[in-house]
Amino acid sequence: MREPILSGIVQTEQDRPRPLLRPGSSNCGGCGMSNILQLLSHAIAERDVRLVIPACCGAITAATYPQSAFDVPTILTTFASAPSVATGMSSVFRLNNEDTRVICMAGDGGTYDIGMATLSAAAERNEDILYICYDNEIYGNTGGQRSSATPLGAATTSTPKGKQEIKKDIMAIMAAHRIPYAATVSIAHAADAVTKMRCALDTGGFRFLHILSPCPTGWKSEPAMGIELVRLAVRSGLFPVYEIFNGERYVINIEPDFSDEALAMYLSLQRRFRKSGITEANLRPQIEKHWNGLRSLSGRILPARRL
Amino acid sequence: MGVELISANHAAALAATLAGRANRNGRGFCCGVYPITPATDCMEYLCNQEIEKSKVVRVESEHSAMGVCLGSAAAGARSFTTTSSNGLAYMAENCITVANLRLPVVMAVANRTMGPPWNIWADHGDSLMLRDLGWIQLYCADNQEVFDTVLAAFRLGEDSRVMMPVMVCMDGFILSHTIAQINVPSQEVVDGFLPVTAIPHQLGATPHTLGQIEVAHQVASHRQQHHLAIISALDVYGEIQDEFFGATSRRLADPVVAYRMEDAQTAIVSMGTIGATAERTVDELREAGVRIGALRIRMFRPFPAATIQKLLAPVARVAVIDRDISLGYGGVLGGEIGSIAGVGKLVQNYVAGIGGGDVRRSHIREIIEDIGGRETAGPAQIMEGLI
Repeated sequence: MREPILSGIVQTEQDRPRPLLRPGSSNCGGCGMSNILQLLSHAIAERDVRLVIPACCGAITAATYPQSAFDVPTILTTFASAPSVATGMSSVFRLNNEDTRVICMAGDGGTYDIGMATLSAAAERNEDILYICYDNEIYGNTGGQRSSATPLGAATTSTPKGKQEIKKDIMAIMAAHRIPYAATVSIAHAADAVTKMRCALDTGGFRFLHILSPCPTGWKSEPAMGIELVRLAVRSGLFPVYEIFNGERYVINIEPDFSDEALAMYLSLQRRFRKSGITEANLRPQIEKHWNGLRSLSGRILPARRL
Repeated sequence: MGVELISANHAAALAATLAGRANRNGRGFCCGVYPITPATDCMEYLCNQEIEKSKVVRVESEHSAMGVCLGSAAAGARSFTTTSSNGLAYMAENCITVANLRLPVVMAVANRTMGPPWNIWADHGDSLMLRDLGWIQLYCADNQEVFDTVLAAFRLGEDSRVMMPVMVCMDGFILSHTIAQINVPSQEVVDGFLPVTAIPHQLGATPHTLGQIEVAHQVASHRQQHHLAIISALDVYGEIQDEFFGATSRRLADPVVAYRMEDAQTAIVSMGTIGATAERTVDELREAGVRIGALRIRMFRPFPAATIQKLLAPVARVAVIDRDISLGYGGVLGGEIGSIAGVGKLVQNYVAGIGGGDVRRSHIREIIEDIGGRETAGPAQIMEGLI
């Protein structure tokens, strides 16, 4: 019975018999990336995969040589290189008619910032890669500095009074590359997550998954509250859960209730928003604007906020 | 055996093409390439070839070019790229990883001045900047040598005792853009000379992680292994020379090319095309009765110290010409030769031809005149006014 390792997620015959993340990883307690790897483990099932991990918290996850916490062959790369290294690997697997899927697991720093050019180029070439960005909205590995994924008002060690700028819209950037598949994934909605991970694993060409990944250390939140925080972000409309096919067909997967209560709860359960004094009232107009855009792209003309 | 009239850039790409085809029964050939003057023609040539079981990825930067080679080699394929100067600096980070993970990537480097201020002409400062990263470095003096060395580089780097990346350097424009006749072996000959690439630690089916955290004693132990692996290239290179001769009936140039060193009292030591000019100057001076010879250091890493020491043993004066400068120190080669030359020799370092200055026989004669009149060696002399 693998129940304890799998954090309560039911293991079925269709799942990967051995967890992707083995015991002995050096992730912090409550790390969202651990949850993501468990969900991914279910999604992968019998598929042959390789992991490519740039400098990020995931580079520490494996722990020290020669033991490795990853149950699949993994290569750790320089910060900006995951998509280029994955390109080389995936090309060789295709040359040899092997069905091996190459998965990049990168943080927001490696995706939104330093690796942006490499990511954009690999997406433009439509390389056969699944790129997963686990977004903890900070440079977690170096102790929690701002990245361009850090949301407005969040205090980090390099923005001690709270970040002044809004978060970069990574999904719009990836959609602009017209890649076959891009989706946001909520770790609080396991069935939706595993379905989309499988879709991403089995689609050819460049696939991108954006996953909000709670970081108790950086967010100053309770380790046990991670999944609940993501649920609140989804409920309030702060983290929209949707898919984009070929950069043009938008499908909204989870309908939020746009509850101010959920948004207030999301902010108050993390100490990173305290100093800037940001409230749900500050965030609501931005959320509505974002949702109005998503509605029009998904061809649904419902107002962002249900009255 | 055919004959081609091509530039050194194209010679390097042709050698890589033949080497790529030779791995069609292995895991294939995969390159990441990006243009930069004066190495561009090499990648263009490669992009125009039909190579079975191969992929040439046109990436967005040198950093990614080396990234693709890294991934491809980690998946077990033969990998090649080419770059120059700032491109080499930009990809340096991934060059470190490639060496640390012992992936036998081969790279042709058209040596060029680092900028800005921009200057696209020959200077060894770019590849020498990467001297300490774990790449085998070979410097060439003509097009045939570039072709032969690239071919041999795959054999050398992929040898299980070595298993390290190899950089084949040629002077930008002076070689990269000069068209000359070269002999090219047939594909069958190359197939016989180059075994299928076998990288024992490629990412196979068993879970293991390449490049994870290491603590001090593991780093020290791995650096030691890599150091010894690179040093072993000295002997392996000798074996490859024999095999190369057997396959092509042509001799692959030595790690140190000695020219008319018999009874020489003075030696000129240099790398790259300056070495060829030095040899012509030696001819002139020998005719005038000067007992002089020349050493051209082809293999800079591993450093063939014992061979150089042996060749320099009877010599009293050594003029080391560097087409590079380590600011605050002097010529890089000058420092290395000085450290192994032994006592009782006058070793004088000259920095000539940096920024692409044309080093002519007259300049080398000036150097010989200068060293002949010296009582003791002084600091590195930078020759100005070369255009």
